[in-house]
Amino acid sequence: MESVLKIEHIEKYYGNKGNLTKAIDDISFDVNKQEFVAIMGASGSGKTTLLNCISTIDRVTSGHIYMNGEDITKLKGNALNRFRREELGFIFQDFNLLDTLTAYENIALALTIQGKKAKEIDEKVLDIAKKLNITDVLKKYPYQMSGGQKQRVASARAMITNPMLVLADEPTGALDSKSARMLLENFEYLNKKLKATILMVTHDAFTASYASRVIFIKDGKLFHELRRGEDSRKEFFDKIIDVVTLLGGDLNDVI
Amino acid sequence: MLFKLSLKNMKKSFKDYAIYFFTLILGVSIFYIFNSMETQTVFLNVTSSTREIIRLMIGMLSGVSVFVSIILGFLIIYANQFLMKRRKKEFAIYMTLGMSKRKISQVLLIETFLIGTISLVVGLFLGVGLSQFMSVLVANLFEADLSEFTFIFSEEAMIKTLVYFGIMYVLVMIFNTISVGRCKLIDLLQASKKNEKVKLKNPILCTILFILSVGVLSYCYYQVTANAMTLTISSIGWLMIMGAVATFFLFWSLSGILLKVLMSMKRLYYKNLNMFVLRQLASKVNTTVFSMTIISLMLFLTIGILSSALSLKNSMTANLKKLAPIDFQASKEWNLYDIPAINQQQYVYTEEEKADSLVPITETFKKLNIPESYFKDIVIVHYYGTDEVTYETTLGTEKEYVSQNFPAIRWNYRELIMPISEYNALAKLLGSPTYELSDDEYIVIADFDQMVTIRDEVLKDKPDVSFGGKTYHAKYDHTVEGFTEMSSNHINTGIYLVPDDAVNDSMMMEEIFSANYNAKTEEEKYQIENAIQEPAGEGYEQGITTLTASSRISIYEASVGLGAMVTFIGLYLGIIFLISSAAILALKELSESSDNKERYAILRRIGTDEKMIHHALFLQIACFFLLPLTVAIIHSIFGIQFANIILATFGDEQLLPSIVMTAVFLILIYGGYFMITYFSSKSIIKER
Repeated sequence: MESVLKIEHIEKYYGNKGNLTKAIDDISFDVNKQEFVAIMGASGSGKTTLLNCISTIDRVTSGHIYMNGEDITKLKGNALNRFRREELGFIFQDFNLLDTLTAYENIALALTIQGKKAKEIDEKVLDIAKKLNITDVLKKYPYQMSGGQKQRVASARAMITNPMLVLADEPTGALDSKSARMLLENFEYLNKKLKATILMVTHDAFTASYASRVIFIKDGKLFHELRRGEDSRKEFFDKIIDVVTLLGGDLNDVI
Repeated sequence: MLFKLSLKNMKKSFKDYAIYFFTLILGVSIFYIFNSMETQTVFLNVTSSTREIIRLMIGMLSGVSVFVSIILGFLIIYANQFLMKRRKKEFAIYMTLGMSKRKISQVLLIETFLIGTISLVVGLFLGVGLSQFMSVLVANLFEADLSEFTFIFSEEAMIKTLVYFGIMYVLVMIFNTISVGRCKLIDLLQASKKNEKVKLKNPILCTILFILSVGVLSYCYYQVTANAMTLTISSIGWLMIMGAVATFFLFWSLSGILLKVLMSMKRLYYKNLNMFVLRQLASKVNTTVFSMTIISLMLFLTIGILSSALSLKNSMTANLKKLAPIDFQASKEWNLYDIPAINQQQYVYTEEEKADSLVPITETFKKLNIPESYFKDIVIVHYYGTDEVTYETTLGTEKEYVSQNFPAIRWNYRELIMPISEYNALAKLLGSPTYELSDDEYIVIADFDQMVTIRDEVLKDKPDVSFGGKTYHAKYDHTVEGFTEMSSNHINTGIYLVPDDAVNDSMMMEEIFSANYNAKTEEEKYQIENAIQEPAGEGYEQGITTLTASSRISIYEASVGLGAMVTFIGLYLGIIFLISSAAILALKELSESSDNKERYAILRRIGTDEKMIHHALFLQIACFFLLPLTVAIIHSIFGIQFANIILATFGDEQLLPSIVMTAVFLILIYGGYFMITYFSSKSIIKER
């Protein structure tokens, strides 16, 4: 299968010579097209740093990240911004919606900054809203929406540009279990029907069980990898729990 | 420990404080400059009459200073409350760490003290520096030559500045203590989490209010321009209140309407970050309607005061050439035995004065030892009057309107009458046109605008005037511009010119002596002026005579002094208003920059170009600054016209340079604040 994202021996160090922290310590993996990958790890394991490096918000200390063959660690300035708005879609734990804009406008914003025409924007927004079942909240402001609705609006914003890769950082972190389930079903829909490639960071086994592959990280290193294959979600969830137990302490507390 | 904390806080948040600091320093230095005026003028080489005006100006400036300090006080307290709001989280951390409210107040106390001290010191240094330049301007305005440069430092002004600002800072400390005392930990902790609620206004209500306020404003504009002359003081007051209220509702409805209209322009709205900018702006205008109104009105006052003061000054000087064309004029009441009690007003003349009133001016000069050789081109004219021609008989038809505008008018006061040949002789000397009259005609000359309007209204029907058994017809159906007595302004309320044989000596009321000084150079004229001034003054003090005199030189000096005074007070108030309004806008914008920081971070995360972000920021701040200014400018267009009509002294050619000057001040101060705000905001939203 064709790989969208190829990560080669990346490292990220913080601090100085005397006090060096290796947030990411030589990690390599590939993400294939139309894959739904979850990255799991305890807090402090380096999973968010990894996501930040892939999303070009942070820079790696060494190593390379290729996206569709292009080395994104070499990008600078406006090329970086262009890459971010055209090839990536973001979903954040705290939604990151602009509170002064309506849902419709928040989704449209991703297109207006690409310089798209108003008519095209309108068609696309209504289309994605229908698919994500948020047509009735389009006129509302973030403060009028529930957490689940907000996250679906954020997903719509991430998807509307047809990005090569959707990055989700703890997307269910601020949601109650019902909204979380609904959102994850939406993710499945995005992945299967809209053929989106999704890379999701989470520390929640339930959330991870919706992915087709789970990568475990511990202390900045790759710890384990699980593929769902033909398993049901329940079986996959149990397998994840087993690994989490192996991972030790911290994570048990969260489940 | 607390001191260290305060110092660290200040260093850390210097960027946020910059504009507050900047405003304080400006306020201090301006306050110092205008209060050190006395010291600045001491060195000037001016005549005693100018000195008199300077003394008056200094008195007025110190009165205005009290008003200014109240405005600055409000500004400082307001600005400080803003800064306090931004630091809620910091206070919350102190409180969770167990610091008592008293300790927090102490930290704030030390901070205020430090900021106050530093701003006072820097501001005073700046003020002393700038006042050196100011003294050049002062000398220029009073048309005095600054022979040599003297370093000017006013201890008095410094102490005054220290005291006034000291009081303001103490007030700030009290306010801070109160607001810290009121804080609740839970509110402080949640302060940063507040989610902005976008209150949507009813679009129909907005539209109605918008149309209504535009309508009311147009009505006010119409009243103050087209109907300006018919306005009474109380109706002007009402118009001002109506205008202010309409301005408030204009801003209230504008935020809703503007957004609605621009949203419907889809191509514009969905372009780049336009919708973000518009939403930001709308929400800001929405939450700051009241401040916007105040700022807009303050800007309006600034523009009005600055441009009117400057053009008043210019036109005063320009009027002089026309209205004070000769060197000397003296007038004397004639035959005080015969004046009816009402004309004497409150003053009861002594027997000596009554006797003196039958002595001609030339005789009086001899008594006062003023030789006739001082004068040349002498013309003597007289006012006549009769109880048959009073305001009652001439203006009676417009009684209601006249009483409204001139509540102090005495209806049985005699109109002034002058025979045509006497007037023509004087007109020749003054350089005014002369007139011909046939036996049964009369002309009214006047140049005081309000009175001209009234008299024109009366003369439209060409009413006859009868006295001494004869009737006279109006030659023209309007008044003719003209004057008989020198002054710095158009103040002739009306004089009836009649054929020579219509009057006789028994009707004589006043004698006027007009002449030029018998001198070739300006210097010689000054010598004569001084030589006359002393004996004339003595005679007056001893009650020898009821002579009143005016000279071109004294009118000129008074006028120049008055012009300078108006300019200074205008500058003082104008600059303070400008600084206050710009500072409020800047602080409002900056205090929200922490919220904005989050928003711009989101924009960056979804991949917006840096250039687009900066453009959006610029657009947002520019609109925020321009909105109140635009409204203020529209107000000013009509306000200045109104001032023009009411003061009736300056023409358009006088207005242009003063408007240019006003614009320069606006661009410098307001534009300066805008630029500082933009650059500070830019650095605040910068990604670290």
